[in-house]
Amino acid sequence: MKDTQKKEKDVTLESGIKVKPVYTPDDVKDLDYSKIQNPGEYPFTRGIHPFMYRTRPFTMRQYSGFATAKETNKRFKYLIEQGQTGLNVAFDLPTQMGLDSDDELAEGEVGRVGMAVDTLKDMEYAFEGIPIDKISTSITINSTAAILLAMYIVVAEKQGLSPDKIRGTAQNDILKEYVGRGTWIFPVEPSLRLITDTIEYCAKNIPKYYPVSVCGYHIRESGANPVQEIAYAYLIAKAYIKGALARGVDANDFIARISFNFDIHGNFFEQIAKFRAARRLWAKIVKEEFGATNPKAMMMKMIAGGGGGGLTIEQPENNIVRGAYYALISALSGTQTMALCSYDEAYTIPSEKAALISLRTMQILIEEMGLCDTADPLGGSYYIEALTDQLEKKIVDCINDVEKRGGIVKAISKGEIQREVARQAYLNEKMIQSGELVKVGVNKYRIEEEERTIEFHNYDPSLVKQQIKMLNKIKTTRDNKEVKRSLEKLRDKAKTDENLMPYIMDCVRAYATVGEMTKVLKDVFGEFKEPVSI
Amino acid sequence: MPNKKIRILIAKPGLDGHDRGVKVIAQLLRDAGMEVIYTGLHQTVDQIINAAIQEDVNVIGLSILSGAHYPIAEKLMKRIKENKMNDVMIIIGGNIPQKDIVDLHKLGVKGVFPTGSKFEEIIGFIKTNMG
Repeated sequence: MKDTQKKEKDVTLESGIKVKPVYTPDDVKDLDYSKIQNPGEYPFTRGIHPFMYRTRPFTMRQYSGFATAKETNKRFKYLIEQGQTGLNVAFDLPTQMGLDSDDELAEGEVGRVGMAVDTLKDMEYAFEGIPIDKISTSITINSTAAILLAMYIVVAEKQGLSPDKIRGTAQNDILKEYVGRGTWIFPVEPSLRLITDTIEYCAKNIPKYYPVSVCGYHIRESGANPVQEIAYAYLIAKAYIKGALARGVDANDFIARISFNFDIHGNFFEQIAKFRAARRLWAKIVKEEFGATNPKAMMMKMIAGGGGGGLTIEQPENNIVRGAYYALISALSGTQTMALCSYDEAYTIPSEKAALISLRTMQILIEEMGLCDTADPLGGSYYIEALTDQLEKKIVDCINDVEKRGGIVKAISKGEIQREVARQAYLNEKMIQSGELVKVGVNKYRIEEEERTIEFHNYDPSLVKQQIKMLNKIKTTRDNKEVKRSLEKLRDKAKTDENLMPYIMDCVRAYATVGEMTKVLKDVFGEFKEPVSI
Repeated sequence: MPNKKIRILIAKPGLDGHDRGVKVIAQLLRDAGMEVIYTGLHQTVDQIINAAIQEDVNVIGLSILSGAHYPIAEKLMKRIKENKMNDVMIIIGGNIPQKDIVDLHKLGVKGVFPTGSKFEEIIGFIKTNMG
């Protein structure tokens, strides 16, 4: 027996937990079931609903959007026809950075990685013929989220819908943009103010809307390990909650409308335990730290998606298999919404075929494999329960560490979190390059002269000309006096503590551009100075 | 200049904010003994050229993941020529399709390192060409 154990090589997970060759009742003897509880019961380790997917399967929401609003509208309609149950809008980088399509800095980027939005007109085209009370829509937008959310609300108005009919999510998580993804504009404090404005506005006016989706996803994609992914996301979420509480919004009302976006790649069991631990910890934080009494506020709701960071350029078809395992992890983890990076995504914006394979992967789990039959099927596994417990402790330690150093806002402003994540990314890449961390097809079973049949997404520069032409037309046909008046009003109000949402909505109704509104806010708020030390 | 440290400006042009790769490379080259200056995100070509002149670098490395590598490289090479910086070596890394590499070379980009390039290959290339 001793000899066999000696031969076993050490297995350490990314989170630093050592894995034993076998788990027994001994490993969970301190774990009373009251700490785990049934699905739908505090602290929700096993899921937030009593019957989970038996009542309603997870929402399938592939990220899409490219070129112009009209092109995007076509793809949306196609995805809905194919059975997709939610939309997730991708915007191009100029829109994400608050630049109009005719801005010099936008050159070469208009409509490239998502849909270009200059004015309300674009959002009207994007949702033409799509009943937005029937389908929930996520908008993946951060530093300009207040503007795009205002546009979405006005589109709903124009479809004749009252605000309480609007369902969906704005990503609107600016703090993570400073850590990963990088579409920040304003300094940290005014950015936080804009987030708080949207949370407050939604809590009072659009009760079914999720105004913030806190993203561990991009933090992990930037290099963080699974413990840091959850810990940093929770620290960020807590910063938003504190901001909203300071405005007098009731914790019971709005915490239930904060959702999370997490990442799936890496060790199979570690990811599942990560989500179970995260759910349990969030329930405790909301109850104990924020004194919420509404169980809905304690439920951690998430989109858990197959992450691009796990996919490979090499032998891209292998990514279809990875995507299927990521989807399986997501379903076994009790996610509310699922999205998968498509197999060609290491190269290009997914082709229609690749996006369809991702959708089918999720549908196969729901319709063929029995994943929706019973809630938390891995609950009670000695390994999973022990791992869940260990991960929860590690996440708590990581949160406490940052709080002891002065909190997340300070750590991000000074670039500390960015450095930690970049360091982790470097170590990870070193392990891949040395072969210590195996990536099939990359550092093992590699095919040197492989034939690649990925079809590249075509970027059509003529669409840019169309976009700019439309923008110019709007600028000459709109009521420019009203544009000026609403923009100046926004400027005045930005200098006060008043909630900016109603004033942004006025600018939007007047067809002010994303760039014009951002410029006004930049004048008042200034711009973020990135700490660049490595 | 075999005994002088190689000075390299690592830059992130354009609006794309995915900086995992660029920060990995900056740490790698620093650990390989080079003097690394990182610009941070959202740099225009003119800002990059100015930083390169000010820091008196031997190499400019661009990280581009958005697909806009060709127009950016074209603009940068034009400025390089205008500023008579012909002794500065340009390399590009990121999400660069195989088929675009030849075109980038034609523009005057010396080395192209798509995602997944080997560490030794990148370090070796810079040292050989600067050695």
